[in-house]
Amino acid sequence: MFKIVKREEMAGGTVVLNEIEAPLIANKAKPGQFVILKATEEGERIPLTMAETDPEKGTLTVIYMVVGKSTAVFKSLKEGEGYQDVIGPLGKPTHIEKVGTVVCVGGGTGIAVLHPITRALKEAGNRVIAIIGARNKDLLILEDRMKQASHELKICTDDGSYGRKGFVTEVLKEVLENEKVDQAVAIGPVPMMKFVSKMTADYKVPTLVSLNPIMVDGTGMCGGCRVSVGGETKFACVDGPEFDGHQVDYDELMMRLQAYCEDEQKCYNDYCLLEQA
Amino acid sequence: MAEKKKKRAIPRQPMPEQAPEVRRRNFKEVPEGYSPETAMEEATRCLQCKNPGCVDGCPVSVDIPGFIGLIQDGDFKGAIRNLWGKNSLPAVCGRVCPQEIQCEGKCVLAKKGEAVAIGHLERFAADYEREYGTGELPPKQPPTGKKAAVVGSGPAGLTVAGDLIVKGHEVTVLEAFHKPGGVLVYGIPEFRLPKDIVAQEVHFLERLGVKVETNMVVGRTVSLDELFEQGYDAIFVGVGAGLPRFLNIPGENLVGILSANEYLTRANLMKAYLYPQVDTPIPMGKNVVVLGGGNVAMDAARTAMRLGADSSKIVYRRSREEMPARVAEVHHAEEEGIEFHLLTNPTRFIGDEKGRLAGMECLKMELGEPDASGRRRPVPVEGSEYRLDCDLVIVAVGSGANPLLTQSTSEMELNQWGYVVADPKTGKTTKKGVWAGGDIVTGAATVILAMGAGRIAADSIHDYLTLGW
Ligand SMILES: Cc1cc2nc3c(=O)[nH]c(=O)nc-3n(C[C@H](O)[C@H](O)[C@H](O)COP(=O)(O)OP(=O)(O)OC[C@H]3O[C@@H](n4cnc5c(N)ncnc54)[C@H](O)[C@@H]3O)c2cc1C
Ligand SMILES: Cc1cc2nc3c(=O)[nH]c(=O)nc-3n(C[C@H](O)[C@H](O)[C@H](O)COP(=O)(O)OP(=O)(O)OC[C@H]3O[C@@H](n4cnc5c(N)ncnc54)[C@H](O)[C@@H]3O)c2cc1C
Ligand code: SF4
Ligand code: SF4
Ligand code: FES
Repeated sequence: MFKIVKREEMAGGTVVLNEIEAPLIANKAKPGQFVILKATEEGERIPLTMAETDPEKGTLTVIYMVVGKSTAVFKSLKEGEGYQDVIGPLGKPTHIEKVGTVVCVGGGTGIAVLHPITRALKEAGNRVIAIIGARNKDLLILEDRMKQASHELKICTDDGSYGRKGFVTEVLKEVLENEKVDQAVAIGPVPMMKFVSKMTADYKVPTLVSLNPIMVDGTGMCGGCRVSVGGETKFACVDGPEFDGHQVDYDELMMRLQAYCEDEQKCYNDYCLLEQA
Repeated sequence: MAEKKKKRAIPRQPMPEQAPEVRRRNFKEVPEGYSPETAMEEATRCLQCKNPGCVDGCPVSVDIPGFIGLIQDGDFKGAIRNLWGKNSLPAVCGRVCPQEIQCEGKCVLAKKGEAVAIGHLERFAADYEREYGTGELPPKQPPTGKKAAVVGSGPAGLTVAGDLIVKGHEVTVLEAFHKPGGVLVYGIPEFRLPKDIVAQEVHFLERLGVKVETNMVVGRTVSLDELFEQGYDAIFVGVGAGLPRFLNIPGENLVGILSANEYLTRANLMKAYLYPQVDTPIPMGKNVVVLGGGNVAMDAARTAMRLGADSSKIVYRRSREEMPARVAEVHHAEEEGIEFHLLTNPTRFIGDEKGRLAGMECLKMELGEPDASGRRRPVPVEGSEYRLDCDLVIVAVGSGANPLLTQSTSEMELNQWGYVVADPKTGKTTKKGVWAGGDIVTGAATVILAMGAGRIAADSIHDYLTLGW
């Protein structure tokens, strides 16, 4: 068992943080890599990015949004309990380099994935401008940590309940208009990454995105995580999860993410009913 | 002579099976196994040849007349111990070996009539032991103080682990998945190889002292060099051929097209056929098409039928004679209502407005001149395009070498297709202290060949650990 040593709820309980004992993985992991977790014997294998690792304590931290049955089961695990299986570190680490000025754009739980990359880019000597957004104030996560990890933090919410009113792309446009940006990183919902990439393409700013297709093994064995990048089929779990944002076929990714939607919705509803009963 | 005649008069004992119309909708094992009486009757058919062809046909030279002779005498305990001498997974091999081209294909009786049912008898001996045996462990040599790591827990890795532990070495098996067994647990379905059997084989090794560590993706969680640093003296690499091939034709990323690896892993390892009692879903196709003609394709088509498909079709570009699947599986599939569309090649997939698969376009083929493999090459019949409606396609056209471990390992030579180069006589790779065998060396092959390679490597590893490289 992989024990949960710390558990926190954020964004009104829609987002959960787990710090988990997994010394071998914590020792090896680099920013941008992910783990696959399975809570119980009957559980599903769910990929989550490591938001943080502490090799000395031998722990890793994941932050996830509760969107379906499996993440709801994860949420039900208490401190001291644990996951039956944690596998990793998987995927390629982010290529961190000093390039000059970098803009890091995060939306929703994507902010959790973006955070370690932002920090590493700052540590590598880049000037880092971070833009984070959420639907409303209550759903915004990791504001303090993102502030520390960057030189400048800009916040927006769709409904204007906190920070600027509007989408991250609007703030990004201002930044791109006002200064020379050498690289962008965008992590969040697929439509957000799609529109950020469209915009940075106009300004010819190289852009990294982190993709989240449905996965099973995470080792390149099943091909379930395939994505089209630059007209070629890639396996996100081994070739990614990060790709050149200007080359990704986002529409295909969105369709593939819907593959089990109806089943999952039913399964989640049944689970919620059961929990309430 | 008279006795031989009498033996000849006994027909091959049929294997009791679940009726096709029942089993096509359940996941229970299809053949039900021989009773002791039937097994003894079948064993009586064996002529106990002095120069038995059957043994030559078996890749690991099981002492076939020997173990069958013991079954003739009703000594089932002796029979399984005889089998273990050459084959550490007889319950598995008796079920999945392509006997018709191996042991049974070379049985003298096959020349004039029906071969002795060697596979069924092997399975019987193993099942009998599991049911009624004492669970007594084989003797172990005194500890040597040497440590071996086995990467991958498929038939190759399990064989190496079993052989080395009884020779007195410490053995740890490292497996990437959360359950050990390799293709035996994630690929071959429950209705052909019950997962309990694999679990018991692994448990048997654990009782012998083998440590099994799951969730260890070697190359990611730990590298081969780090394993040496941790004090392992020798490493066996048996990571299988886990890289799905696709056809690279238009539309292949539509929702509803899965590799056989993904489909079977969801069904078998994740037990998605029990969804929603388990959390992993699997697409339920109404009109399912499986591309390919091997065991993997048969397994996928039969799984789809069991998951409730209205129709489940095999689409294969060559003819029946060229299908690499075991004869028994093709026969079982046909009985269960799987349709065969042979000499047919898909050219593109067609989606609906939501990106979901709606059908595919196929081309009829005819057989031309033999190609390099000696099989007649299928060539397209011009203008023969037609549309086949389907909502789920499973691609089972073979697999390649998964590069995850090999690319993160230095000094280990690979061939042009990415398979590990290993000496066929010893299993040694070009990296010191590292052996390899099974599908990662030969490409996708069979359980028994992987086990044979494991045995050869284990002998060589033992020599190394006691004598040096
Ligand atoms: C490499 C990688 C890293 C990830 N990192 C994080 C992370 O750090 N934090 C986090 O909150 N999530 C992350 N995800 C997404 C996370 O894996 C999914 O949210 C999770 O699998 C949903 O499982 P579920 O059973 O709770 O929901 P389901 O019931 O499976 O799905 C609920 C809804 O989410 C959609 N969905 C299903 N699978 C995914 C998926 N893989 N990605 C997005 N939507 C999906 C479904 O279409 C459905 O609408 C990551 C995904 C990948 C591939
Ligand atoms: C669906 C299907 C049906 C088949 N039917 C038959 C049949 O009827 N008869 C027959 O004889 N053969 C059959 N085969 C072929 C047979 O199963 C294989 O040839 C055999 O399993 C190969 O054994 P192996 O030990 O080399 O590898 P595998 O069985 O593939 O095992 C390799 C193991 O290594 C693990 N692994 C991979 N990478 C790593 C890593 N980096 N770190 C740690 N572990 C790793 C894998 O997870 C896996 O568990 C079938 C194959 C399939 C897929
Ligand atoms: S191991 Fe396979 S080939 Fe050998 S005797 Fe047994 S069933 Fe036949
Ligand atoms: S060849 Fe056939 S009859 Fe002869 S020993 Fe082998 S199984 Fe028996
Ligand atoms: S998750 Fe299976 S290949 Fe990527």
